[in-house]
Amino acid sequence: MSAPQRRTDIGPPHYKDFLPPVIQKNYGDWKYHEILNPGVMVHVANSGDKIWSVRVASPRLLSTDTIREMAALAEKYCGGYIRFTTRNNVEFLVSDEKNLESLQKELKDKKYMIGGIGPRISNIVHTQGWVHCHSACTDASGIVKVLMDEFADYFTTKKLPNKVRLAVACCVNMCGAVHCSDIAVVAVHRKVPTIDHDKVKNMCEIPSTIASCPTGAISPDPAKKSIKINADKCMYCGNCFTVCPPVEIHDPEFDGVAIVAGGKVGNLRSNPKFSKLVVPYIPNNPPRWPEVTEVMRQILDVYVSDAKKHERVGEWIERIGWEKFFKVTGLPFTHQHVDDFVIARETFRTAATFKW
Amino acid sequence: MPKKYDTPLLDELEKGPFPSFVTEIKKAAAKNDMAADELGLLEKSYRDKRGYWKHGGIVGVRGYGGGVIGRYSYLPEEFPNVANFHTVRINSISGFFYTSKFLNEMCDIWDKHGSGLTNLHGSTGDLVLLGTTTENLEPIFAEFSSRGWDLGGSGSAMRTPSCCVGPARCEWSNIDTLDITYNITQEWQDEMHRPAFPYKFKFKTAGCAVDCIASIARADCSIIGTWRGKIEVNQDEVINYAKKGMNIQEEIVNMCPSKCMSYDGKNLKINDEDCVRCMHCISKMTKALKPVGEKGASILVGSKAPFVIGATLSWVIVPFMKMEPPYDEFKSLIRKMWEFWDEHGKNRERIGELIIRKGMREFLEFIGVEPQSQQVKEPRRDPFFFWKEEELKPNSELLKNR
Repeated sequence: MSAPQRRTDIGPPHYKDFLPPVIQKNYGDWKYHEILNPGVMVHVANSGDKIWSVRVASPRLLSTDTIREMAALAEKYCGGYIRFTTRNNVEFLVSDEKNLESLQKELKDKKYMIGGIGPRISNIVHTQGWVHCHSACTDASGIVKVLMDEFADYFTTKKLPNKVRLAVACCVNMCGAVHCSDIAVVAVHRKVPTIDHDKVKNMCEIPSTIASCPTGAISPDPAKKSIKINADKCMYCGNCFTVCPPVEIHDPEFDGVAIVAGGKVGNLRSNPKFSKLVVPYIPNNPPRWPEVTEVMRQILDVYVSDAKKHERVGEWIERIGWEKFFKVTGLPFTHQHVDDFVIARETFRTAATFKW
Repeated sequence: MPKKYDTPLLDELEKGPFPSFVTEIKKAAAKNDMAADELGLLEKSYRDKRGYWKHGGIVGVRGYGGGVIGRYSYLPEEFPNVANFHTVRINSISGFFYTSKFLNEMCDIWDKHGSGLTNLHGSTGDLVLLGTTTENLEPIFAEFSSRGWDLGGSGSAMRTPSCCVGPARCEWSNIDTLDITYNITQEWQDEMHRPAFPYKFKFKTAGCAVDCIASIARADCSIIGTWRGKIEVNQDEVINYAKKGMNIQEEIVNMCPSKCMSYDGKNLKINDEDCVRCMHCISKMTKALKPVGEKGASILVGSKAPFVIGATLSWVIVPFMKMEPPYDEFKSLIRKMWEFWDEHGKNRERIGELIIRKGMREFLEFIGVEPQSQQVKEPRRDPFFFWKEEELKPNSELLKNR
């Protein structure tokens, strides 16, 4: 068999060819939707047509075997139509109501986790981790797995005050949306990198290595044809390592994760917000990181009991105040919580009003 | 038969209700040498608490400067089948819609030429094929492109644009997010496949302010659907929501950020002039409330993760723009932005960082957008502002017509 004819610059196929007929017919003409159960919603068009979406969890990292199985289910119940969500869930698009029950039954029989719709914990946006990234200082997939196991009830059944968006980033490069999530885990280093000067000479571009540093800690070392790092200024971000590999930042004895909270991207009720530091450090403890799960549970439980209906984590914290957040969660407040990066003064309190 | 590794640590991650990525790797490892060594290498990472991947090397397909991320292991002797284990990014479909036919074909190609492991999807929205060797890259590209599929973006280039589900299956979308995504992807194929920018550039399109694609946090250019007009109220449906137990005063009126609503126990009134279109009331009472009027988008620029200046959210540049094919006004705005970036941007400087360095005024003047109060939360607090020569008129002239 001869090799197929390659083509360039054709872009992706047209999306219309991948939409179920009922969507093609009612495109842009939907009237409303209803959440029928934690894993099923129905969208109703002005024409009266309906489409049901059945959502299941996915680890994002999928083998071809599993994708073929999902494709077979889509063929059996959905005319072959299936989609993925922004948060890496899978949605089976059912056009014929009579397939709805049998699809859900087969999904349950095959141990799929159905849910994630509405005021719940959906899937966790995450990064590549030790599975496939050079700069990972924890394994994102592993932490996602243990957190979703811990909070499985909030995916499949139980309700929260509002949706809680979790994220895990395996370094501060943050390829996931950690910086604007309700509660998120970000892996951090804590020590100044070591420099292999001989290799820097051959492998690195000195000006771009200097420019990569957010705190201006790097300067040239002309004698060694290398760079030097001012240890007092270094905040261990590892960006220099990304542009210059011989600057080694990884340290299994001192790498771990931080927890941030209170971010959101939607504009509903209050403006989009950044996540803020709540726990500066938890040691890496694979394979199941029990200390991470424990802290996340601690924060989530207080949110569930204290927040008003529809309040996101960040809105709840802003209502009660950060000083009260630390009190009610019992999390210690430390030097690391007080900002000393370039935008620090925006975060200092400039009023005589606060809670004890 | 692929090599079998003992994985006592990873086995712990096959327990519990959530689907396990370890099980996925094991499924592939049962029949694929690359996946088997990936499993062995990952177990070693769990044991040693560190990763074993090197920085990306330069690999790719003929004629393209991106779309493949080179990945090499630190331990090629111990795990020879993942000595090189590159990522291939396939440009996904707008809205992440697929058919079983495509997915099966994709699996056939990937089982033949790669590890059998994927990410659906990567953070930017590509269909990620996780791990193959250099010699497989051309055959993979030929297989996919001959079937009408192309690679996504990587490096200092336009990255694969992505969008929310939009008008395909959502009643709130003010713009055709899928079409915008498809259209700009086709328009800028060269910018995507042949990196020529100072750094990466991401587009994300959301149909409304709920922003299910997180565009405001993750895109150099965030396109967020909005409207100029009002919220149409179906009072009968308002009554139905109340009957079903919704506390409209507490859950809707009191939570409105602009306090533009009132409820007398029967009718819901909205002062549309004060509405900021946050989507809270609409999303909670979708049967009762509907945006009506002129539809379009707010164009925001500059969001990114922390490197180098700290994380940013996108800033409003054009508060309202009509978004209809062929999107010429939008495209010429983007071309002006890229020209500004091309002229002034440093290597590895995102457009948002450049705007901070050069000043928002320089940026707005270059792209030809007038200052508007909608662009800022508040005017400047400091008394340090520039005047340009052409703005300076002598006092005598300013006072002449008094």
